[in-house]
Amino acid sequence: MNNARNETIEQHTIAVLVDNEAGVLARVIGLFSSRGYNIESLTVASVDPTNNLSRITVVTSGTPMVIEQIKAQLYRLVPVHKVSDLTTEGPFISRELALVKVVGAGEKRVEALRIADIFRARALDSTRDSFVFEISGSTEKLDAFIGLMRDLGMVDLSRTGSVAIQRGAGSM
Amino acid sequence: MTGAEIILQALVDQGVEVIFGYPGGAVLPIYDAIFKQNRLRHILVRHEQGAVHAAEGYARSTGKPGVVLVTSGPGATNAVTGLTDALMDSIPVVCLTGQVATHMIGNDAFQEADTVGITRPCTKHNYLVKDVNDLARVMHEAFYVATTGRPGPVLVDLPKDITLMPGPYVPPEAVQRRSYRPQVEGDKERIRAAVELMRGAKKPVFYTGGGIINSGPKAAKLLHQLVHATDFPITTTLLGLGGFPGTDRHALGMLGMHGTYEANMAMHDCDVMIAIGARFDDRITGRLNAFSPGSKKIHIDIDPSSINKSVPVDVPIVGDASRVLEEMLAQWKKEKSASDRDALDKWWAQIDRWRARDCLKYRQDDKIIKPQYALERLYAATRARDDVYITTEVGQHQMWAAQFFKFDRPNHWMTSGGLGTMGYGLPAALGVQVAHPDALVVDIAGEASILMNIQELSTITQYRLPVKVFILNNRYMGMVRQWQEMLHGGRYAESYMDSLPDFVKLAEAFGAMGLRATKPSELDKTIEKMLNHPGAVVCDIAVDPAENCFPMVPSGAAHNEMILGADGETMPLPKVSDEGLTLV
Repeated sequence: MNNARNETIEQHTIAVLVDNEAGVLARVIGLFSSRGYNIESLTVASVDPTNNLSRITVVTSGTPMVIEQIKAQLYRLVPVHKVSDLTTEGPFISRELALVKVVGAGEKRVEALRIADIFRARALDSTRDSFVFEISGSTEKLDAFIGLMRDLGMVDLSRTGSVAIQRGAGSM
Repeated sequence: MTGAEIILQALVDQGVEVIFGYPGGAVLPIYDAIFKQNRLRHILVRHEQGAVHAAEGYARSTGKPGVVLVTSGPGATNAVTGLTDALMDSIPVVCLTGQVATHMIGNDAFQEADTVGITRPCTKHNYLVKDVNDLARVMHEAFYVATTGRPGPVLVDLPKDITLMPGPYVPPEAVQRRSYRPQVEGDKERIRAAVELMRGAKKPVFYTGGGIINSGPKAAKLLHQLVHATDFPITTTLLGLGGFPGTDRHALGMLGMHGTYEANMAMHDCDVMIAIGARFDDRITGRLNAFSPGSKKIHIDIDPSSINKSVPVDVPIVGDASRVLEEMLAQWKKEKSASDRDALDKWWAQIDRWRARDCLKYRQDDKIIKPQYALERLYAATRARDDVYITTEVGQHQMWAAQFFKFDRPNHWMTSGGLGTMGYGLPAALGVQVAHPDALVVDIAGEASILMNIQELSTITQYRLPVKVFILNNRYMGMVRQWQEMLHGGRYAESYMDSLPDFVKLAEAFGAMGLRATKPSELDKTIEKMLNHPGAVVCDIAVDPAENCFPMVPSGAAHNEMILGADGETMPLPKVSDEGLTLV
């Protein structure tokens, strides 16, 4: 029975509360690289200056056994306060922000603006031959928008990676 | 107080008595403070790697953390192998490294290295102290992290200006960490489920590791009680030897690649496995998909990341071995005994048939000393004493030592398991002898390994440490040669040790006694002479260069596919799969 474990690859969004101190991000990234775990995206920012805490959101993938390992290994790091697997702990919201620069003229430029409107992207900067759009939403939505912009003269792209939070009244 | 004085005060308050170290520019203020006091003893090693291994030997033989003090740059990088060794084998070590002054960090200053960057993956945790106000807290935290949960090495990087600056001292009690809370109590429901499984077991086996020893003498005592209460057989890992008495009738000896036939067969055929403080290392499991295929597995470990890492288990219990064993024993004793005594009797009968294969047998003639024979004689000559501490280097001699020495108590066996560090044994023996000045400390060595940290003979003679070095000299890197014979068509690429030193003269050059035995008839007298000499001795024992270490589970094979030693007859070479060839 032991070998009959599910070998399917799952994607998980994991939130990690850490001390905001030098080297903590290097510890987390070093853990993923040295043990060969995947990082699909990783974001980090201070969330509680009073208690000196930062929150890392990491989207990773692996078999259920590997995901369990990742969580256990993260929790083993000394500056880690809490590890929360949002994917397994009930419904959660995940959002990402992207800045998309499109260069073009004529029909392509009009088309870019039209699609931006459909996706509720905002134009943050505009010149006669360029736009910078801001778009936020799920990773899938951003992928779809970026895919369309690629054909319409996208020259530069900056994405934040996912940030995520549990739905409802619960907190980390 | 200056930073240097804060550091020493913290060491004293943490109960430290000995530091293993080597001075240099960046740690001069700390050494100056050491000079001015007499509460801490400093042992001057000859290489920083030796300092860490000595601290490991000290830690393993006392249960207390070992302390290392080295300088910046090369001092720190030389310590890396020792730190990695301590991490792999869960040994509590606190390593203090000097660093260039804070304003020079990042400028490629003289003897600067990114020590926290380099040692991040090879320590349990590390610190760079950039503010003298943090110094006392960090020192105490380092000891707390090193010694609690799954123990390991912790490094504190100390810029020179911080050690010269005045700053505040706080005692250990004033320090509390907000994160890092190791779980020591096991889940009672899970323990109940485990005991239920054990009660119904027909073919059970305990499989225990270094966690029993790290948990402290109480864990070994409780394990002994539980094994006797259940009447289950028990096998121990390389690092777990001594966690359960090796001479007890329940002990099957070591398991794994060079483990005993009975231990590996019992692991393969068991129906309930109780793993405690062991981590299903690849040297233990052999081919994973054939590892103990029919068993329900209970795994007790203080490190949640050790559980379900390579082998999925049925009842995972996170907790300290002695706390969980205590609860397990209490629950076991609530009812009378195992539910199936008949099945257990059959299981023991089966085990006795496996034992009857006598898997460690070898053939000794009167011409050349077999390494196994040398170790059997050494064991026979020392077993009456209860203050014998054995360290080893890494290779064939290490496996033979694990097979032929029986350890009845924890903390008396020091070997590099996870990392397999050649050069571990001599400095480790030095550290053990510092902790136990009157004990018999023997480094069982090979002629290749011993040369990796031979400079520590100088430390040994400086402090008049009566360490005995017992070299099984087969003039080969024996384990490399064995694998080349079995896997690479007997092409012995670079495994022959040409131009070896005369170990007797070498010992004398360092101020130790040198002895040599080349014939079986000389062996006992040489051992006796070594044991009777009050000072350090190096014994060069010329052993059969062609001897291989058996039994063996070849790479990529399962426990029940092991090769037995064929007492002197020609062994058929095992078939090793392509997959097995890639394994180390």
